[in-house]
Amino acid sequence: MSVLVFLEHHGGELQKGSLAVLSKAASLGGDDVAGVIVGSGLDGLAEQAARHGAATVYVADDPRLEAPLPQPRVDAIAELVADKGVETVLFAQSILAADIAAGLAARLEAGLNWQLTDITEDGGSLIGKQSALGDSVVVDVGWKTTPRIGLFRAGSLDPVEQAAAGTIEAFSPELQEHSLAAEMVEQAHAEESGPSIEDANVIVAGGRGLGEPEKFALVEELAKALGGAVAATRAVVDAGWYPYSAQVGQTGKSVSPTLYIACGISGAIQHKVGMQSSKTIVAINKDPNAPIFEFADLGVVGDLHAIVPKLTELVQARRG
Amino acid sequence: MKIAVCVKEVPDATAHKRIDAGTKRLDRSGEGALNAFDANAVEEALRLKDATGEGEVVVVSMGPERALNSLRKALAMGADRAVLIADDGAAGSDLVATSLTLGKALEREQPDLVLFGQQSSDSDGAVLWAAVAERLKRPVISQVAELTLEGGSLTGKRQTEFGYDVIKAPLPAVVAVADSINEPRYPSLKGIMGAKSKPQETLSLADLGVDGGSAGEPGSRTEVLALADPPPRGETRKIEDDGSAAEQIVAFLSEKRLI
Repeated sequence: MSVLVFLEHHGGELQKGSLAVLSKAASLGGDDVAGVIVGSGLDGLAEQAARHGAATVYVADDPRLEAPLPQPRVDAIAELVADKGVETVLFAQSILAADIAAGLAARLEAGLNWQLTDITEDGGSLIGKQSALGDSVVVDVGWKTTPRIGLFRAGSLDPVEQAAAGTIEAFSPELQEHSLAAEMVEQAHAEESGPSIEDANVIVAGGRGLGEPEKFALVEELAKALGGAVAATRAVVDAGWYPYSAQVGQTGKSVSPTLYIACGISGAIQHKVGMQSSKTIVAINKDPNAPIFEFADLGVVGDLHAIVPKLTELVQARRG
Repeated sequence: MKIAVCVKEVPDATAHKRIDAGTKRLDRSGEGALNAFDANAVEEALRLKDATGEGEVVVVSMGPERALNSLRKALAMGADRAVLIADDGAAGSDLVATSLTLGKALEREQPDLVLFGQQSSDSDGAVLWAAVAERLKRPVISQVAELTLEGGSLTGKRQTEFGYDVIKAPLPAVVAVADSINEPRYPSLKGIMGAKSKPQETLSLADLGVDGGSAGEPGSRTEVLALADPPPRGETRKIEDDGSAAEQIVAFLSEKRLI
């Protein structure tokens, strides 16, 4: 079983989600698990991949591949699939990865299953677990032909570091004319403080119930005390209270931290789909009928402006 | 300037969505509506047409014949024409099959710009544009929150996980817009009255030269094997704050070994 995992990187680091998919691929038991890294100035990234289960790491390091645009990456991966006889290509969900996976599906006439939370091997074929219709149904999905393409939902898997070190192989893909037509003019990165929400074990999220943007300080202080990241609902992002990079839900990110504390969030379906796979959910909301209480492990009906600062103090005291 | 907007009919937002256990497809028997995210793409097309003062906006879709009702909403907003690929042989198409058929319809139209909304509300799909761009061999920019046209090229500013990208591409191109790009207009009464008399074309797979083996289930490379209920979340506990809520939360987190 030959599996290739697309390894996305940002700011000189491989993304945790990609490494988690690589670890998953390695756990399927095949001896032919490879990773592919595409970009420019990639020193050190291949070694990191080799420690997460890749027997081979293919590296395309080329200044023309520097901007994180999907189409040149379709060329690179399609070439590897053809040259190495790859049967399965797996991705961790991101804006870039989804565009590559779909372009690749059309290029290779290959089946693409998305929103995967797990994958298992069954007598030579693969079965994906897909969470569908707002997580109201779990679907077993298959591929009728190879190559197969799978896109894993963010945060559904964990990376596992391994002792084995793989080999690193450089390649220079041929790039098609239409793939080089789009050009990155500017990349402006939001200032990040603390861990990103995809990587955080603890997330404290704020919604409309905070009342005003300044009150996000309450959420930030609790997140800091717990060593976690801050997330926001779409309503407050749209209102300009918090940046889009923190948005969790249908039109933002999907996360599944160990602990998710929702402050002043009603739990509408659009938010729920982005966070309901969190292992433990605590919700604080003054409306006893808020839908979030239907799926929060601990729901607290009360005034977050009184509860959250007190909670922050108690957590700080415990952590010394 | 000719703009094609790819749209989809989805089950009405108020309908309870379910997958039919027999066909293993989404049950589309209830009331349908234009995918809300597609209204942003229609609005952007109309805005671009208004800005240049000329051109044509054509909505292109795949679905059952009755999906024309949903396409009329786009016509009522101001789109000039609708093209619907309605063929029983196309039902159950996955990404590969859909992008192939839709690509053929777009090749027939030869638009300068193809627009998509940011996702479909029924299958949570957010991938079709990249597959269609590959079929057309055109550049693609997704998640665009600001779109400007100048001369023969377009510039899209978009949100990503890490901040903003500004990407430029020559026309013809494929763009998926974010729903933050605009506020879709409501159709006027005049628009609604006029929608029915605008050109509405229904195409079969044969009209597009797509053979049956490349469409619908035979042309699809993925399959649904089984359906199950999601695992239960376990017990939920709800308390009223009596002044000790913070302490109770700490006790709960400590019991779960989370702090």
